[in-house]
Amino acid sequence: MADLRQHAEDVYEQFSDELDIDVDEVEGRFETLVEEYSVPVEEARRSVVNHYLEEAGMARDDLRGGNEEVTIETIDESEQWVDLTAKVVDLWEPRSDAVAQVGLLGDETGTIKFTKWAKSDLATLDEGEVYHLGNVVTDEYQGRYSVKLNRTTTVEHLEDDDIEVGDNESEIEGALVDIQSGSGLIKRCPMDDCTRVLQNGRCSEHGEVEGEFDLRIKGVIDDGRDVHEVIFDQESTENLTGIELEEAKDMAMDALDTSIVADEMRAKTLGRYYRIRGPTMGRYVLANEVEQPSGPTDHEELLIKARSI
Amino acid sequence: MSTAPTREVARRAFASEFNDAGYTFTESDEERAPVYLLLPTGAHANRVFVVGTLTETEDIGDESEYWRGRIVDPTGTFFVYAGQYQPDAASVLRDVEPPAYVAVTGKPRTYETDDGEINVSVRPEAITIVDEDVRRQWIVETAERTLERIEAFEDGAGNEYATMAREQYDLPVENYRRAAVAALEDLDE
Repeated sequence: MADLRQHAEDVYEQFSDELDIDVDEVEGRFETLVEEYSVPVEEARRSVVNHYLEEAGMARDDLRGGNEEVTIETIDESEQWVDLTAKVVDLWEPRSDAVAQVGLLGDETGTIKFTKWAKSDLATLDEGEVYHLGNVVTDEYQGRYSVKLNRTTTVEHLEDDDIEVGDNESEIEGALVDIQSGSGLIKRCPMDDCTRVLQNGRCSEHGEVEGEFDLRIKGVIDDGRDVHEVIFDQESTENLTGIELEEAKDMAMDALDTSIVADEMRAKTLGRYYRIRGPTMGRYVLANEVEQPSGPTDHEELLIKARSI
Repeated sequence: MSTAPTREVARRAFASEFNDAGYTFTESDEERAPVYLLLPTGAHANRVFVVGTLTETEDIGDESEYWRGRIVDPTGTFFVYAGQYQPDAASVLRDVEPPAYVAVTGKPRTYETDDGEINVSVRPEAITIVDEDVRRQWIVETAERTLERIEAFEDGAGNEYATMAREQYDLPVENYRRAAVAALEDLDE
């Protein structure tokens, strides 16, 4: 298995300074565990590493850089064992007992989802803090990459470090198939640094407040392969719909109902195709640039393909 | 395993393929498990996105309004049904003057007729009036997605929905390739 060879090479590199071993020997240990005794690769790796740690009289913390230290942007393959230095940008609610923590990690080049298994027994990661994570595994789901923290992962809290997290600028194109609730003419909490959207005139933090009007759309772009949730702020909502904030307020005033604004926006935009560019924030793409890919779509190439297969 | 919330993709299929798909299934025993329509080219569809010409609307309800719309693409006709639980879609069907180009996002539904035939229709989540550009974009996109499915179908290996389609249907995917070619050729006229 080519896979085991890769693991063996990684482990070999970790110990080649301390021990007089060769890759074949390391691979042999992997083969025994994985092929003869059906030990999962992750567990086998842990075991092989432990063996050599003991032989070299080293502690696990002494191990460094067995893997390639990567930046988030370069993660484009699943099942790679890598090291990362990243900041915890966001923590989400785990939806399964098997998961201890789930959220978003960021470095200068972008952000990536992480999952920390409950079984990993690792220290709790705090939002806004920077960590060096050794030995995490990459994963892919529907074209999006994530990293998993497992029992072999090392976590080092870099207390004095901070990282300016970069945007994963992405471009998506597809049909706008849904405009979700909470879109249209909304009111936000006016308190300093609080921009929460009010529900029935109430802010979840500050209670009943005199809200400030704003426009926003939470939409779904779908290309028949993937779905992307997209947020349009006031400016991009105005561009998208041609409805400006003042006009929206007038519409709501006349109808004595703010929901007329979202209805009007749905009628003007749902079912149309858009090309959107902007940074990814968690599960959302923030629509900084919006275009309507109109005009004659070039289908000659597709027709040639359709005739040939 | 993913913990991120997932929304079902809206599949693109021409009417000829959509109407051939009579088999539905779920992937878990949970009460509210999503129902999927099996497309004959080997994909599962819990949602579809359709653009075409609305040619007729009719209120076929007895006591409350129940609107049926016929939406035509280059290969056939989609049927959409909207009643009191789809008030926005029903009101579009009530108010629109056919013919008109419309875009529909919705859920596939099947029902068996008295003579044992399975009819496939769309229960709309949203219907909007669009222009001809959108219709052209949809045809090109739908042809592209259809061809992708046909290629994956013919590869076979590890394509569970293709395997399922082979078991459930006796429908050559060649039909859908021809339909895609015809739809694209139609754009040149």
